[in-house]
Amino acid sequence: MSANDCGKVLLLQAELDGELDAAGAAALAEHRADCPVCKRNESVIVGVHQALQQATYHRADAELFRAVAGRLGAVRPTPARRGPRPWRGLATFGAGAALAAAIVLTVLPLRHPDMVAALVDDHVRALQPGHLLDVVSTNQHTVKPWFDGRLDFAPPVKDLAAAGFPLVGGRLDYLHGRSVAVLVYSHGKHVIELFVWPASGRAGVPASAQVDGYNVVHWQANDMSLSAVSDLDPSALEEFVRGWRQMP
Amino acid sequence: MTSDNAFAAVALPHLDAAFNLARWLTGSRADAEDVVQEAMVRALTYFPSFRGGSSRAWILQIVRNTAYGALKARRGERMAEQAGLDDLVAEIADPGDDPEKSLIMAADRARVDALIAALPVELRETLVLRELEELSYRDIAQVTSVPIGTVMSRLWRARRILARAAAAEAKR
Repeated sequence: MSANDCGKVLLLQAELDGELDAAGAAALAEHRADCPVCKRNESVIVGVHQALQQATYHRADAELFRAVAGRLGAVRPTPARRGPRPWRGLATFGAGAALAAAIVLTVLPLRHPDMVAALVDDHVRALQPGHLLDVVSTNQHTVKPWFDGRLDFAPPVKDLAAAGFPLVGGRLDYLHGRSVAVLVYSHGKHVIELFVWPASGRAGVPASAQVDGYNVVHWQANDMSLSAVSDLDPSALEEFVRGWRQMP
Repeated sequence: MTSDNAFAAVALPHLDAAFNLARWLTGSRADAEDVVQEAMVRALTYFPSFRGGSSRAWILQIVRNTAYGALKARRGERMAEQAGLDDLVAEIADPGDDPEKSLIMAADRARVDALIAALPVELRETLVLRELEELSYRDIAQVTSVPIGTVMSRLWRARRILARAAAAEAKR
């Protein structure tokens, strides 16, 4: 043992890394109490740990995700599924919500709290890494056929890139006992999901609701029920809905 | 669930971790992207032999082996040998009485990244897996195909070299 080595550094390190069991920790604590070498080594381990909080974590970008999904798709002919969502750290909306004044769209309060809660639950679950997309494509002519054979209805698929809401893909989800189509759009760093399923009632004007900071706009058209869910502020989400309804 | 869906559910959530490790091992975005793509295709092939356990460690093990293949092909990057490494440690200035302080002074992103990048590859991967991926010793041992004792000694060497390098920089 030299002045720089007390023979316990790996135990000390294991303790600081949370890898030491209680018995080992107790034995080490006795030694550590009056060991200057341990004190210094602790300073190294803690210091490196703190410095490395600044290290770059290299994340896969959306392009790599698409490339990997494509490669896997090429190996086996099924669409790649459930990649991590490329949007991290969704921006929270700020003062814009208060400015949402001039809305042409007539929006009534939505009176189905169960459904709203289920939609927001599905949306939040989808935003967890690896759950957003079953099919990754910005092309509506790819997304629409993907739903064929997976659903007992043909959801309308529109790309709203021109209106600032590019289509990024779609997935299947489950809502109130039935399979539904979910179209996923992006707007800046926000994600908008449009849930689509066959309507049970007559066509209706849009109605909206808000749960846990998420906004929902629901309407019916052409025998389909549609619900847009997002953390976008209400005015921006209504702009999305307006764009969707106006597009043929 | 078909085996393809099962594979995607296991593998794709680890894409960030795969890319991060590949990027730190190869030092290049383009190489890391190639490594990740190749590793994911390999993982799909090996998937029937995946026996459960940590899917992240399993994927990262394949990524790591693929990255080593790429490094070898690229420039025959030699593993630093034990003796050479200790010489390296000995050459670096002593961290002084307060290594934590010089480390904190080193803590801007570019300098920290440079310090990590300068580590020999097997120390670098061990440190990245522990500090950036927060893998357990056991999982790091699996990914890097060495005993847990080796993981522990590599981790300590990596930390000591970083502390000394930061101290040397601080003195300049």
